[in-house]
Amino acid sequence: MRRPPSMDSSGCRRSRKRHNRVDPTRLTIGEVQQLLRDGETSAQELLSLHLDRIGSADEDVKAFLRLTEPLAAEQARAADKAIKAGKAGPLTGIPMAVKDVLCVRGVETTAGSQILRGFKPPYTGTAVQRLFDAGVVMLGVTNCDEFAMGSSTENSSYFPTRNPWNLDRVPGGSSGGSAASVAAGEAMFALGSDTGGSIRQPAALCGVVGMKPTYGRVSRYGLIAFASSLDQIGPFTRSVEDCALVLETMAGHDPLDSTCADRPNDVRKGLDDGVAKMRLGVPREYFGVEGMEHGVKTAIEKALLVLQSAGAELVDVSLPHTDYGLAAYYIIAPAECSSNLARFDGVKYGMSEQDAQNITDAYMRTRRLGFGPEVRRRVMLGTYALSSGYYDAYYLKAQKVRTLIKRDFDEAFRQCDAIVSATSPTVAFPLGSRTQDPLSMYLCDVLTLGGNLAGLPGVSVPCGMSAGLPVGLQVLAPQWREDIALRVARAYEVASGMRVEAALV
Amino acid sequence: MSDWEVVIGMEVHAQPRTRSKMFCGCAVAPLNSPPNTHVCEICLGLPGVLPVINKAAVEACLKTALALSCEIPLHTKFDRKNYMYPDLPKGYQISQYDLPMSIDGFIEIEGRKVRIRRVHLEEDTGKLIHAGDKLHKAWESFVDLNRAGVPLMEIVSEPDLRSADEARDYAMALRTLLRTIGASEAEMEKGQLRAEPNISVRRAGTKELGVKTELKNINSFRALHRAIEYEVKRQIGVLESGGSVKQETRGWSEAEQRTFPQRSKEGAEDYRYFPEPDLPPLQLDRAWIEELRKSLPELPGARRARLVEQYALPPADAVLIASERQYADLFEAAVKKGAPAKATANWIIGEPSAREISPVYLAELVKLVSDGKINRDQGREVLAETLSSGKAPHVIVSVRGVAQESDSGTLEAIVREVISTNAQAVSDYQAGKKQALGALMADLKKKAPQANPKLANELLQKLLSAG
Repeated sequence: MRRPPSMDSSGCRRSRKRHNRVDPTRLTIGEVQQLLRDGETSAQELLSLHLDRIGSADEDVKAFLRLTEPLAAEQARAADKAIKAGKAGPLTGIPMAVKDVLCVRGVETTAGSQILRGFKPPYTGTAVQRLFDAGVVMLGVTNCDEFAMGSSTENSSYFPTRNPWNLDRVPGGSSGGSAASVAAGEAMFALGSDTGGSIRQPAALCGVVGMKPTYGRVSRYGLIAFASSLDQIGPFTRSVEDCALVLETMAGHDPLDSTCADRPNDVRKGLDDGVAKMRLGVPREYFGVEGMEHGVKTAIEKALLVLQSAGAELVDVSLPHTDYGLAAYYIIAPAECSSNLARFDGVKYGMSEQDAQNITDAYMRTRRLGFGPEVRRRVMLGTYALSSGYYDAYYLKAQKVRTLIKRDFDEAFRQCDAIVSATSPTVAFPLGSRTQDPLSMYLCDVLTLGGNLAGLPGVSVPCGMSAGLPVGLQVLAPQWREDIALRVARAYEVASGMRVEAALV
Repeated sequence: MSDWEVVIGMEVHAQPRTRSKMFCGCAVAPLNSPPNTHVCEICLGLPGVLPVINKAAVEACLKTALALSCEIPLHTKFDRKNYMYPDLPKGYQISQYDLPMSIDGFIEIEGRKVRIRRVHLEEDTGKLIHAGDKLHKAWESFVDLNRAGVPLMEIVSEPDLRSADEARDYAMALRTLLRTIGASEAEMEKGQLRAEPNISVRRAGTKELGVKTELKNINSFRALHRAIEYEVKRQIGVLESGGSVKQETRGWSEAEQRTFPQRSKEGAEDYRYFPEPDLPPLQLDRAWIEELRKSLPELPGARRARLVEQYALPPADAVLIASERQYADLFEAAVKKGAPAKATANWIIGEPSAREISPVYLAELVKLVSDGKINRDQGREVLAETLSSGKAPHVIVSVRGVAQESDSGTLEAIVREVISTNAQAVSDYQAGKKQALGALMADLKKKAPQANPKLANELLQKLLSAG
């Protein structure tokens, strides 16, 4: 489980690598990379260890929808060759899991939906391609809420994924499969997508590191869109360092995504510089949100004290429009999704109901059968919000709220360098406990969706336990300042002396 | 009928001259390409793809807007127009809604200003092919997405046109303009230019607009004219018999020469426009726009006026010469080489093949004829040979000896020969049957094709009456 690292006399947490035959599925990328370079293990061995781990754990966890073993074997062989040739990079041979919303050439990609069953993209998206180019080994495709709509992975059309810390609990969502795979030691890192909290919240609930980059930091080319103005791809890892490394590898300008910025790739700058003299904003609104659990609040307060004793100054800040964020989000995201999902019409790919009277009937049958209830609910919500006569009252108003929320953050960042809070108001909740009440599910994202509305980078780092389940500390930073968010998260990781280990050991 | 006023506004879609599609790298398919051969994951609308704006299309649109004296706002954006149809792979069309690339321009037609409301950019849809002629009887339908994502400029006029003639002239003037500035090939037959008139009628003297219909499926300027004439008559007929015009989209049937209802606009489709989140708003660079403005060639209207002014061409000739930049360039270059203006214009207007040769050759040809070295018929023959062999007209004339004979001594010998061998015709002529002169001239042309016909005719009459 999660505990302080075994330390040598100097307090260096890296001492573990000296142990003989440690289980690499419990290590970080940095640690394993050293083993690879030292010839203590190989990419192919790493692959088979992870496949073994998946074999033993995934029957319970159910993080994976499908494995891509032939691809993985080929990539592992190539990685070993590169290592032998002395051409290995920091990610060469590292096993990765990919959320079912990222297109990989020839690999069935379905966004957790029946409507895309059997769809094999003829192309690989930019972020995944960059990781492939860096030598990673793709293990398989992970489960998620259908079209990334949900906070528990229970909206997957296949099956729910379970939390490796307690199999009766949800892993969070929508990238629940990815978070669970990293927490269970089935993958060294995983990719997710975050539209309202879909990386950070499951990272918190599964006790791993998860980051949503600044909107425009990572190309969305190849990401099956949910809400285009909010979606970002990001990593799940077992350390902040790993998170920075994976993000750096994926990030950067892409001519195929006009919303992806051409900016210096400086996310790892000053990672180990600590938080001394840093001002960390504590938004009072984020501590009084509906449904905030006492245990979570206590864990966060402890984490803030750790940061304070590491030299940070805690500053009281205010995000006055927090209460309106959820409402604005649930107009904008469904509006965009209603348009983004129009292409799933049964004409070109995926499910197609042939037994129809006419084209409208064919659309209705295909979409009624192909989409689950939450997707249909959001498509209808969004269609309504964009309809003439309602556009001004809903979509336009929501955009105005979005501007106000951005301004809240701008204002807050005048008084602090980063904002710290809980990632989720609760720890992992029991499976089935919120599925009948969409609103209670929507509340899971109340602390994370502001970051999406404002386009900010945010990282969730494990910060202790409540009732035997992990709690996540969220660090939000100004746009393009992933370096700050990661630096604070890293400082917490070091100061707390905590490290992520595989659950379900 | 005269107490009705016709009101027409036009929506013209012109395909900008670009190598690739509006939002992806696919080549624009040539006409009649096999279905779905010019497609990629982007224009197919596969999951996960994103659009990237084609700069050449933006440039063509801005040039068009500048040529139409439009205002170009600094800030423009793309929007999604949402509707589902099998020829629309994403379920929405990327277009421009409330912040188009340009607004408030005009074009002059016969000295009258027709206001342009906006010129914006969007993408074309694909094409459906139905097995069986009619949609409702089709047993199978196929989708061809070669055209999906092809860029289109939409040029929208204010309802300033008052007749089918004006509407046609407007569309033709746009075509000329687009071709002159190189923004579009604008070939209606190739689908590069599509005109959709919005037509209504109202009692003369009233201000309120009548209910309009929009016409589609128009494939030529002629069809445009006929479709409008038909539709105007139909609407007046409906109104005069006490009915009311239904707001709808109507198709033009070329086969039946009539319009028919296609889609009612009463339960008007709600396109749920909203800003395209995959494309950041465009901030147009002023310097770039100024550069484009400066790069515009002389526009057809200005050139027409100058042709009249500078070369004393009749206005009707100037209209035709200025209708294609290539004609006007050829005309001016040939005149510069010493060819007389009016005669050069006649050749370009009257002889389509004269438009195919170089200005130097055209100038030579025109001069050979106007100097009387060869006659016009011979000129046509020389032109044909110049085209097929690539030889200069003066070379052909000197080799073939078709240079016209104007020497009076030589001509007189020829005329006397004709008179002596056509006794019957000569006596007929001298007996007062003046038409006998035609037979004599015909024989003269046969015997001596190189003879200058005008001089020979004069000489023949002189010698005959001298008898």
